[in-house]
Amino acid sequence: MARRSKVVADFDAAVAGIEDGSTIAFGGFALPGSPFNLTAALLRQGAKRLVCVGNTTGGPRKPRNPDIGMLVENGQVAKVICSFTAAPRASDVLPFTPYYERGEVDAETVPQGTLAERLRAAGAGVPAFYTPAGVGTELAEGRETRVINGREYLLEYALPCDVALLRCYQADEAGNLRFRRAQRNFGPIMAMASKLVIVEVEEPILPAGAIDPDDVHTPGILVHRLVHIPPAPAAIWPTLKETR
Amino acid sequence: MPWSRPQMAERLAREFQDGWIVNLGVGMPTLITDVPMGDKEITFHAENGVIGFGPVAPEGQEDIHLVDASRRYVTLPPGAAIVDHADSFALIRSGRIDVTVLGTYEAAANRDFANWKVKGSKGGVIGGAMDLAACAKNVFLMMEHRTRDGSPRLLAQCSLPVTARGRVNLVVTELGLFEPTGTAFKVRELAPGVTMDEVRAATGAPVTE
Repeated sequence: MARRSKVVADFDAAVAGIEDGSTIAFGGFALPGSPFNLTAALLRQGAKRLVCVGNTTGGPRKPRNPDIGMLVENGQVAKVICSFTAAPRASDVLPFTPYYERGEVDAETVPQGTLAERLRAAGAGVPAFYTPAGVGTELAEGRETRVINGREYLLEYALPCDVALLRCYQADEAGNLRFRRAQRNFGPIMAMASKLVIVEVEEPILPAGAIDPDDVHTPGILVHRLVHIPPAPAAIWPTLKETR
Repeated sequence: MPWSRPQMAERLAREFQDGWIVNLGVGMPTLITDVPMGDKEITFHAENGVIGFGPVAPEGQEDIHLVDASRRYVTLPPGAAIVDHADSFALIRSGRIDVTVLGTYEAAANRDFANWKVKGSKGGVIGGAMDLAACAKNVFLMMEHRTRDGSPRLLAQCSLPVTARGRVNLVVTELGLFEPTGTAFKVRELAPGVTMDEVRAATGAPVTE
């Protein structure tokens, strides 16, 4: 049986062809799982009018790694869908914020569990679901709710994406992914929700079969392009001090 | 003497019951991982799918792949497990979390609270707070009793956009431990030397004994 390789030469090849107007899911929660190298390549690639889906827009921490906020500054973003659209400390300002306040970029602020479930639903072929999160808040104003078994729930729609950009620990040539520790976070559900799944991989790409099928977190049938991350300084390897 | 923040953490943790699964919000609530739990078995759950995490790693022993929901480099004692974000919030939504301890701007006697949006902000800082507040079996708040300019943060009704309605069970501040009853804050305990008059003067809602 022939197997086509999913391994591409570099980050630029990995993001080639991403179209203007795409909805892109960015993996990661804090540093673990964040696709910094693929995001840097997307900044070079230049696709415009993007809808960016992720837990945060990134920043205000320094030194900054490539994030949704940098794509905003680069004029590539029409809208973000995130659980954080302001800085956790009221005294901080996200790089994204002035663009949002001037109306140059739109934003949808979504409870984190609702964001995760909208991605899961998209990947599971479920068009919408009801959740108690956000009921009675500003987010529910003017939206459809329903009382089920005596409790009020808010209707939320699936969030299908065109592209997922992810970072994982190990992958084999068949595209099977294994995350490590808290790196898993949004990775598996963003892969399920997306038509084109692109992954930067920390360890050298393994031969097919090297990851035991029982240990695969995301099956290779969902994954299209893999790039092994070269050592720093040729690629971005965040260090502990960046979140200290 | 008002309670220090570690004392607030210690006082709130005394309300945890043996076997509870506990989720800690960003900021002050993270102090709770430093509180000795004695004979109680307590399991910490983090939104990013880390179940059963332990104390912050000593310097030099951090794992770059392992943070809790507050971005702290934590540890994984025996018995810990990792799930993805959808499963982590499935655990929250389905009521498996016994208590979430959250920081907040405001708490109200009607059991609402507001911790995601400040005045004049176009965006918000929701994170997992709305899912947790709506679905955890108990919602405990850990907060300063007043704002920097001395206005009360404990109110009859929230002035900021709420995170959830009618969900708060307990509130700890530097002045004491309080239970919102719907119309008032009932005092469960006062910090040493703090008087009822002091609490009433600092609170924007009725306070009862």
